[in-house]
Amino acid sequence: MTEKLVIIGNGMAPGRMLEYLLEQAPGRYQVTIFNAEPRVNYDRIMLSPVLSGEKAYEEIIIHGDGWYIANGITLYKGHKIVAIDRAVKTVTSDHGVTEPYDKLVIATGSVPFIIPVPGHDLPGVLTYRDLDDVQAMLLAAQSRAKAVVIGGGLLGLEAAAGLNSQGMDVTVLHVMPTLMERQLDPAAGYLLQRAVEQRGIKVITRANTQAITGNGKVERVELADGTVIPATLVVMAVGIRPNAALAREAGIAVNRGIVVDAGMRSNDPDIYALGECAEVNGQVYGLVAPLYEMARVAASQLDGNEAAAFVHMDTPTKLKVTGIDLFSLGDFAEGEDRQEIVLRDAAAGVYKRLVLKDDRIIGTVLYGETADGAWFNDLKKKQTDISEMRDTLIFGQSYQGGAPLDPMAAVAALPDDAEICGCNGVCKGKITGAITAKGLTSLDDVRAHTKASASCGSCTGLVEKLMVLTIGVKYNPAAVQPMCGCTTLGHDEVRRLIKAKRLKTIPAVMQELEWKTSCGCAKCRPALNYYLVCDWPDEYADDYQSRFINERVHANIQKDGTYSVVPRMWGGVTNAAELRAIADVVDKFEIPMVKVTGGQRIDMLGIRKEDLPAVWADLGQAGFVSGHAYAKGLRTVKTCVGSDWCRFGTQDSTGLGIRIEKFMWGSWTPAKVKMAVSGCPRNCAEATCKDVGVICVDSGYEIHFAGAAGLDIKGTEVLGLVKTEDEALEHIVALTQMYREQARYLERIYKWAKRVGIAEIKRQIMDDGEKRKAYFDRFVFSQKFAQVDPWSERVSGKDKHEFRPMASVGFAQAAE
Amino acid sequence: MNWIAIGTISDIPRRGARCVATPQGKIAVFRTAEDQVFAIDDHCPHKGGPLSQGIVHGAAVTCPLHNWVISLETGKAQGADEGAVRTIPVRVEGERLFIALEALASRAA
Repeated sequence: MTEKLVIIGNGMAPGRMLEYLLEQAPGRYQVTIFNAEPRVNYDRIMLSPVLSGEKAYEEIIIHGDGWYIANGITLYKGHKIVAIDRAVKTVTSDHGVTEPYDKLVIATGSVPFIIPVPGHDLPGVLTYRDLDDVQAMLLAAQSRAKAVVIGGGLLGLEAAAGLNSQGMDVTVLHVMPTLMERQLDPAAGYLLQRAVEQRGIKVITRANTQAITGNGKVERVELADGTVIPATLVVMAVGIRPNAALAREAGIAVNRGIVVDAGMRSNDPDIYALGECAEVNGQVYGLVAPLYEMARVAASQLDGNEAAAFVHMDTPTKLKVTGIDLFSLGDFAEGEDRQEIVLRDAAAGVYKRLVLKDDRIIGTVLYGETADGAWFNDLKKKQTDISEMRDTLIFGQSYQGGAPLDPMAAVAALPDDAEICGCNGVCKGKITGAITAKGLTSLDDVRAHTKASASCGSCTGLVEKLMVLTIGVKYNPAAVQPMCGCTTLGHDEVRRLIKAKRLKTIPAVMQELEWKTSCGCAKCRPALNYYLVCDWPDEYADDYQSRFINERVHANIQKDGTYSVVPRMWGGVTNAAELRAIADVVDKFEIPMVKVTGGQRIDMLGIRKEDLPAVWADLGQAGFVSGHAYAKGLRTVKTCVGSDWCRFGTQDSTGLGIRIEKFMWGSWTPAKVKMAVSGCPRNCAEATCKDVGVICVDSGYEIHFAGAAGLDIKGTEVLGLVKTEDEALEHIVALTQMYREQARYLERIYKWAKRVGIAEIKRQIMDDGEKRKAYFDRFVFSQKFAQVDPWSERVSGKDKHEFRPMASVGFAQAAE
Repeated sequence: MNWIAIGTISDIPRRGARCVATPQGKIAVFRTAEDQVFAIDDHCPHKGGPLSQGIVHGAAVTCPLHNWVISLETGKAQGADEGAVRTIPVRVEGERLFIALEALASRAA
């Protein structure tokens, strides 16, 4: 048998409850609704847009007449229930209709609070509650006269804004020092007041209304301090209280509102209450989200699900005034156990404040920019521990995860299987796991237990960040020197993150690692370009605009803007044809200076940029290729004449030098690489001050590295002795590749070696054959894409624009 | 103002520059990553370096000789360095670029 369900009130809460009920238990109840308002269910939240003229009543209807008919619901419009007879289970309306019920739902809502000042009952004093109020206000607004809104809360401000846009001269009186003090802190209240005043609405705070006076209708409002404000319309919007009078008369338990349990049931088991009139756990609610939650619970209960229970929720407040963005949620009072994060942007009128307790959000105030309100609400609701994103939390969700502002967040966002230490193949999860499981607190501990950063050390910065992320302030990492002013990350971290996050373009690096500038600077761009060339040789498209001019035009710029050109002479060996070709080029292009370099080749200086392609074309005819004398790359391999000619020579040093140069030319390196091969320990090729050198001895080849003869003077270190030329080549190539992969841009081998440790390099290159082979193979792979003669490319037309002026103008005019 | 056509914006690579030869020396015409176009004398106020050959970043160029950073908008050296280079008015009409010749003439006179 169908039960009879009677609902008193037709606001948003019972409307939503019916939707749930019709879906869950269609046909279970025969529903009758009594609505004191003579209309269907409409969206009360949208009254403000109706008042301001942005919407019409028809647009805010939730359920039209057809809906009630379609669902077989009887709706009594304009019927106010005046009595509930619980003994016989009936309700009676002011029009004399009596209706029996099996279940009764009271949803009488709230009534506006009227300040009982003298004159509060004069014609022209309105409240702001329903459509009738709005229509009365719209009527009054036609006079374009003065209005006073008493109450600077949510409703009052929406009413004021509506009346203002209807052309009235509006003054808001607020008894507290700042507007919306229950939802906003004083700072946001101040911004709000400024925005309201900018719309031409006057705001008087600390305004204590004493009387409303007038002759038969409203004419003025008088304040306690003697101020008199003329007004023909007064809107009271100082608050609401639950409308529980009917329930109270029926003997139902009422406190502030109708007392219900978590199942929305009153002390009469057949009578439920929901909406603004209901009091759950001592709380009454006025915002729509908890009211809808009540509706869900009540519908489930009516469907027989007694477990359905209402749980208290904080609901964000939003002001529905076009052009004012405001969001408020939870508790934002200051307290000793609370911290706050505040962001202010004075120029943009933005204020954001998060109140934290035990690393969780308990309150949020957003003004001017509220897009992240939902996210903060979610974090608060889920009680998310925000300590890891604390530094960037206030910037909102888009700054978390993929694109962190803070270098720490980049590391935090890495997945557990991201490789941190490339040398020892240690991933993030292994490091953080060891830190936690073994209670590690020092870098040495982590190195001992996981081997991470125990080899080349380039991931030290990342490991340190992981320690901070895992154990917090107990670990204090060493400060890292940032690459440049565009980032807070150091070179090593950027290199590791390029690998770990698989970043393959400069814009991707800048985006993902949160570069502070839009397109970097002359310091970071060449470095990033090198790192990407090195790490993704087959995938990365070299960005010439991020290369220094010398590498862009493959010649060396001189102080007067001309260029010098150095063709490659393999191992320093040349012949008559080559020398003749050079002589011809020098004559043809009137090259002012020809000089022999320290690297055993010939430098032609003072060439105009426009002539470069033609010079290269002529040199190319003779078989010359670029000597890369301008490059952060392999420069020369200097040799002595060795066993072919020298009476002391032990091996073919010239041949080995040429072989190395032919194998390695074209490779880009962090800084320039100069090599030499000497045929005996007399070392005529000066191999012991080169980046990499070989001293040939009777028993084989002694490989040296990390020498310097420039800004610093430093003899080489011995890497080790190998027996054959092939081995020498493999070791040298592997060493170079290790340097390519680990060094910071512009860091010469001797500086890198000092940082990483000679012993570690020896271990990886001399002792670990597998590692050596892997380095060697990666170098060989990379050479497939690097060994292209840039000169012949440009002779055949590449980058033409580089070598020609865009236009020549003004010569005719100047001649006139 | 006498506007002289010098070519189109696509003649200049993004974050790059091209030169325009004039009787008073070269003018460097820059195109930024955001396709803004600027023209300044191709002559660093420090030691005369060819600014057109520098790395372009934001609305600035770093001189290839000694790394002075020059603002393309104002021609002024940035940071601690002091000095300025002449800026030349540029007009962009669709793809086409023009520079103001009067500025040239007045300097010549």
